[in-house]
Amino acid sequence: MPAAKTTVPFSGTKEQEESLLKVIADLKDEKGALMPILQKAQDIYGYLPIEVQTMISNETGIPLEKIYGVVTFYSQFSLNPKGKYQISVCLGTACYVKGSGEIYNALTQKLGIEGGECTSDGKFSLDACRCIGACGLAPVMTINGEVHGRLTVDMLDDILAQYE
Amino acid sequence: MENINLKINGLSVSAPAGSTILEAAHIAGIKIPTLCFLKDINEIGACRMCIVEIKGARNLTAACVHPISEGMEVLTNTPQLLNARKRTLQLILSNHKRECLSCVRSGQCELQQLSQELGVADESYFDGLMPETTMDTSATHMVRDNSKCILCRRCSAVCEKVQGIGVIGPNNRGFDSFIGTAFDMGLAETSCVSCGQCITACPTGALYEKDFIDDVLTAIADPSKHVIVQPAPSVRAALGEEFGYPMGTDVEGKMAAALRRIGFDKVFDTDFSADLTIMEEANEFLGRVTNGGVLPMITSCSPGWVKYCEHYYPDLLAHLSSCKSPQQMFGAIAKTYYAEKTGIDPKDIVCVSVMPCTAKKFEIGREDQNAAGVPDVDISITTRELARLIKRVGIDFTMLPEEGFDDPLGESTGAGVIFGATGGVMEAALRTAVEKLTGEELAKLEFEDVRGVEGVKEAMYQVAGMDVKVAVASGLSNAKILLDKIRAGEADYHFIEIMCCPGGCVNGGGQPQVHADIRNFVDVRAVRAKVLYDNDAAKAIRKSHENPSILKLYEEYLGEPGSEKAHHILHTSYVERSVN
Repeated sequence: MPAAKTTVPFSGTKEQEESLLKVIADLKDEKGALMPILQKAQDIYGYLPIEVQTMISNETGIPLEKIYGVVTFYSQFSLNPKGKYQISVCLGTACYVKGSGEIYNALTQKLGIEGGECTSDGKFSLDACRCIGACGLAPVMTINGEVHGRLTVDMLDDILAQYE
Repeated sequence: MENINLKINGLSVSAPAGSTILEAAHIAGIKIPTLCFLKDINEIGACRMCIVEIKGARNLTAACVHPISEGMEVLTNTPQLLNARKRTLQLILSNHKRECLSCVRSGQCELQQLSQELGVADESYFDGLMPETTMDTSATHMVRDNSKCILCRRCSAVCEKVQGIGVIGPNNRGFDSFIGTAFDMGLAETSCVSCGQCITACPTGALYEKDFIDDVLTAIADPSKHVIVQPAPSVRAALGEEFGYPMGTDVEGKMAAALRRIGFDKVFDTDFSADLTIMEEANEFLGRVTNGGVLPMITSCSPGWVKYCEHYYPDLLAHLSSCKSPQQMFGAIAKTYYAEKTGIDPKDIVCVSVMPCTAKKFEIGREDQNAAGVPDVDISITTRELARLIKRVGIDFTMLPEEGFDDPLGESTGAGVIFGATGGVMEAALRTAVEKLTGEELAKLEFEDVRGVEGVKEAMYQVAGMDVKVAVASGLSNAKILLDKIRAGEADYHFIEIMCCPGGCVNGGGQPQVHADIRNFVDVRAVRAKVLYDNDAAKAIRKSHENPSILKLYEEYLGEPGSEKAHHILHTSYVERSVN
């Protein structure tokens, strides 16, 4: 299945570009430089869109496809930015049994994005996570670290509205 | 080199140190099945088809990458191994779209052959979830159908290592892995050069050229069309392989007979326009040398190479010869000179080319390739498509008589025929350029320094008191070596020949696919090239500027090489492209 692609417009700054170019210049002659370059690039931009990967390809001479292959192999790398509000739905055993799968699916529909993606206005990003230790409140999700528990699908609109 | 002694299936075998078990077994006449292994290109030991037992080892070992050692005892065909291989193959088949009846690769598929050899009785044994796959039809020259891909990585290894491009490769992980492009672009959006080497590397029907056989048949059936055909030099050196002839058989005569029986109105020869290319290219070269033009001049016959230059070295485009390729020169002359001579409207001429190449399909649609206001060439098919076409119309190739080509665009010299081997264009050009420079006849026509399959060749010739330094490269990663030198100002060559495919057109992306179990042990490039050099040696005329039909063409129509008319019809221009 093709990896998710971002629809959020790229808004990298001159400063970010300068720090990335410096990282590449420092590392590019070392063997196996691609991984540390990608990790630092993600630190700088928060994610690895085509613009960033193209810059890395141009500077290192590594084909863009090879970089993309590495980025899509490791789950730590993201092709999508995180939203202003990062939603994390627990799909751990207790939450799942209590229906968090439905919560997750409802959110993908309401926001129009898949897990790992970000809405095109940059507001919400959605991820699934494993047990966060709040099983007593199952099913739970967190939004920027704030815990929302004992969820039902009906509650979601009101909760999202708090972050508008 | 020192030899190492070991036992394979109880037989004593002696093989050079550094050999793999696979190579040692080959020496002993023992075949170990392989699938992902391509010598020097894809040596990753991943598919587990070549597993063997080594006495004392805990696990089954991949023979393709495991080096031999003194006293080693290897077993290659125990019931346990045969069973393990069969099970692995069944697992691979469980994710493979098995439509062998209609698959383009059927009968020549390595997966199909292995299934038969290993006795896979139940190919659906492990059937279950199928990964979602995509079909990329965006490129002009080929289709990528991931439903038949077995993830062996032979295609991406060729693309990255041999051609130095790497526009396809493995994306994602585990069950979701697939071979694709960066950000899932269509191949047409990437800097793919259309060389088709991935197709010849693929063991299955996942990669194949876009097929234009039906277009050819439709044109032939249309009485208002005058359909002419031009097969490239290398086609005659490999077409026979599709009909059971041993590799290295010259089937020029039967090929001409087959084309005539398919129904082409005229059977001409790209060798003719190869000679024409030499006339123009040698003239352009001499012009650049005497007038202080951009040097080194680089040949422009190979459309994969031209596209590579446009994507990756746009700053060096001034070095490219402005000559169209032989395919395009042929079409241009057919629709101008030949059309006028025969009184046929160029719009009613359908020019079909048979090429060892998939990039030729891209080339016919390029800008500035329409001397008569219509495309120079209308349809370009590969050697493989021609073989399918011959079979489709019911021609028994082996029973055909040997026939010749039609006049006036069918006459050629030995210089034209060697175009298909790396170094051939250089040698053909030297035969003409040296005689033009010195005004004397060459004592020896063979320029052996530029022959052979090495990736980069260099030579220096003393011509009329001048040192002419030439270089030849085939395979784009080899071309890169020369191009980086030019870019750095470290190259003092005068003339460079670059061919996109390793070994030149004889090993082009449109040529018959050679199974890895042959290709890993036989140098396909050298065997096919020998056909062309033998063909040249047997020719009465071996210099392009002595081709009577070419001389007549200049006398009646073009004037001199490099004339304004020749420029309009036979030369072209290039564009800058980006890297993706």
